[in-house]
Amino acid sequence: MKYGLEDNSSQQPTGQESPSRLTVYSEAALNWVNERFPLTEMWDLHIAKYYAPKNFNIWYIFGSLALLILVNQLITGIWLTMNYQPSAEAAFNSVEYIMRDVPYGWLLRYLHSTGASFFFIVVYLHMFRGLLYGSYRKPRELVWLLGMMIFLCLMAEAFFGYLLPWGNMSFWGAQVIISVFGVIPLVGDFLLEWLRGDYTISGVTLNRFFALHVIAVPMMFVGLVVFHILALHEVGSNNPDGVEIKEKLNKEGIPLDGIPFHPYYTVKDLMWVAVFLIIFSAVVFFAPDMGGYFLEAANFEPADPLKTPEHIAPVWYMTPYYAILRAIPDKLGGVIAMFSSIAVFFFLPWLDRSPVKSIRYKGPLFKIALALFVVCFLSLGYLGTQLPTPLSNLMARLASIGYFAFFILMPLYTRWDKTKPLPERIS
Amino acid sequence: MSRKIGLLVSLWLWSIIGIANEDIQLDKVNIDRTDVVSLQRGAHLYMNFCSGCHSLKYVRYNTMAKDIGIRDSQGNLLESLVKNTLLLTSDKITDTIQTAMTPELAANWFGKAPPDLSLVARSRSNDWLYSYLRGFYPDNKRPWGVNNHIFPDVAMPNVLEHLQTSLSADKYNLAVADLVNFLDYVAEPHKLERERLGVWVLIFLGIFLIFTMLLKREYWKDVH
Repeated sequence: MKYGLEDNSSQQPTGQESPSRLTVYSEAALNWVNERFPLTEMWDLHIAKYYAPKNFNIWYIFGSLALLILVNQLITGIWLTMNYQPSAEAAFNSVEYIMRDVPYGWLLRYLHSTGASFFFIVVYLHMFRGLLYGSYRKPRELVWLLGMMIFLCLMAEAFFGYLLPWGNMSFWGAQVIISVFGVIPLVGDFLLEWLRGDYTISGVTLNRFFALHVIAVPMMFVGLVVFHILALHEVGSNNPDGVEIKEKLNKEGIPLDGIPFHPYYTVKDLMWVAVFLIIFSAVVFFAPDMGGYFLEAANFEPADPLKTPEHIAPVWYMTPYYAILRAIPDKLGGVIAMFSSIAVFFFLPWLDRSPVKSIRYKGPLFKIALALFVVCFLSLGYLGTQLPTPLSNLMARLASIGYFAFFILMPLYTRWDKTKPLPERIS
Repeated sequence: MSRKIGLLVSLWLWSIIGIANEDIQLDKVNIDRTDVVSLQRGAHLYMNFCSGCHSLKYVRYNTMAKDIGIRDSQGNLLESLVKNTLLLTSDKITDTIQTAMTPELAANWFGKAPPDLSLVARSRSNDWLYSYLRGFYPDNKRPWGVNNHIFPDVAMPNVLEHLQTSLSADKYNLAVADLVNFLDYVAEPHKLERERLGVWVLIFLGIFLIFTMLLKREYWKDVH
């Protein structure tokens, strides 16, 4: 059987078998729904007749995987909420209650905590795919911007969620990050009090973070994911060659190099889901702490405002930005640099002036710039986990310069770069 | 050109490794969570030497005893054995493990209330506990006449001193390892269950992967 491929029309049903009663009834039921709700229409538009380029490689699985983790976080989150108690007195105890006395509570919690780290791994790879193949370029600017808004939601969700176990690192991590807003001139102190709802991080802060973590941010998150996919399906997917498949259509108006998302990419994604789940489960069941990177040792002590942990560091996925914050000697400058390091991503569609989208046809300048950016990003991530020393401060400054140079100089080096000629169709 | 880049990259990597924060050298502890005899010895040591000051407020006597194998052949908890050997207070067997001291009195006596140890194996690590408990040395400047290599100026006296002096060094190390094993159990009671379940999950996913690979190959035959 060929599904929605070019020579599909040659397949004709043979014989005159009468359809079974079940088929008749289910068709009638489907028609009943379709007359009242565009079910088949939506299924076709987004899945069965959504034509995706046939040359997706492994970099194209991370969108589906991110969706899978989102579902994991939502479901395990609901079940954790059933036993978690958002108050300064009970939060830490209720997490231990989940870990010890709730049947399979430990599994729900590890799925949720490991899921948080894997969400960032998958999303970082998904964004890197965008950098590799120019997925942010016209006409996909809104896909990219909506994606960046999802990334902001993800960071907010992780930050709010990290306070909830009410461990000592939860407390002091939130203390450090919230204090960042205090350096804003004039309104800083007011803003601090407004965010915390108190003069210090307290049960009041915990309760509002809980509300934001389980209702406000997830709602925005899911909404933005829907918009992200709708925008993508409006313009069509990019591909590793960066040539538009919609420019070469067959008689029926179907892209010559497109294949229906279902069943081709559903079965391919299912295979990669299996691979992903093997890696994910290996961590959940055999190394849920991940050597202190996914669950930090200091967070197994309850929050104590009088006892500062020896070394306050955010969880690994926030450390690149934390390293940029620390790299700048001036406090306000550091905060501005930290927020700018995320904000610059929003401008990417307009910074890239290359005539081609994909790295396959871009020249050496872009490749060097991207490689340096990756080195800087990873170095900053590592430096953010370590206590600052004069040498590490110097390195963090150099890496921060490299980080920003990738974006600021992009209009120049992408224009000067020697690109290769684009093929007519994907090869 | 490429040699210069190579040099720069190696210099960068070398600096990265160079700035790694150095931790205190800890001795490695060799423990086996499936060794119930070791866990039982550890529990016995804990109840005799530690539980006077340190609570295990998330652990119940009966659950703990059952988990470390104080059961008959039918799997029922041997209640009287627990009451005679591990339950040294007037608490019920279904109670959590608490100390007799109030935090205020304890703070008065030691300068700081002794912490609950339910999660100490995870907040400090097993190797840290093993090194710390074996790290006491005489120091007349301290109130209890001892200090600690791993935790300088700690408020705790060397409660295991009696064992340390009466046992050979090897036997003392083994006893401390049993205690660490017990604290590892206390910190994550479901660890063995987690690893056991994990094996089955991975086997299932491995088989699932084979089927999804075959399915993918079958469908993708059409795509050229």
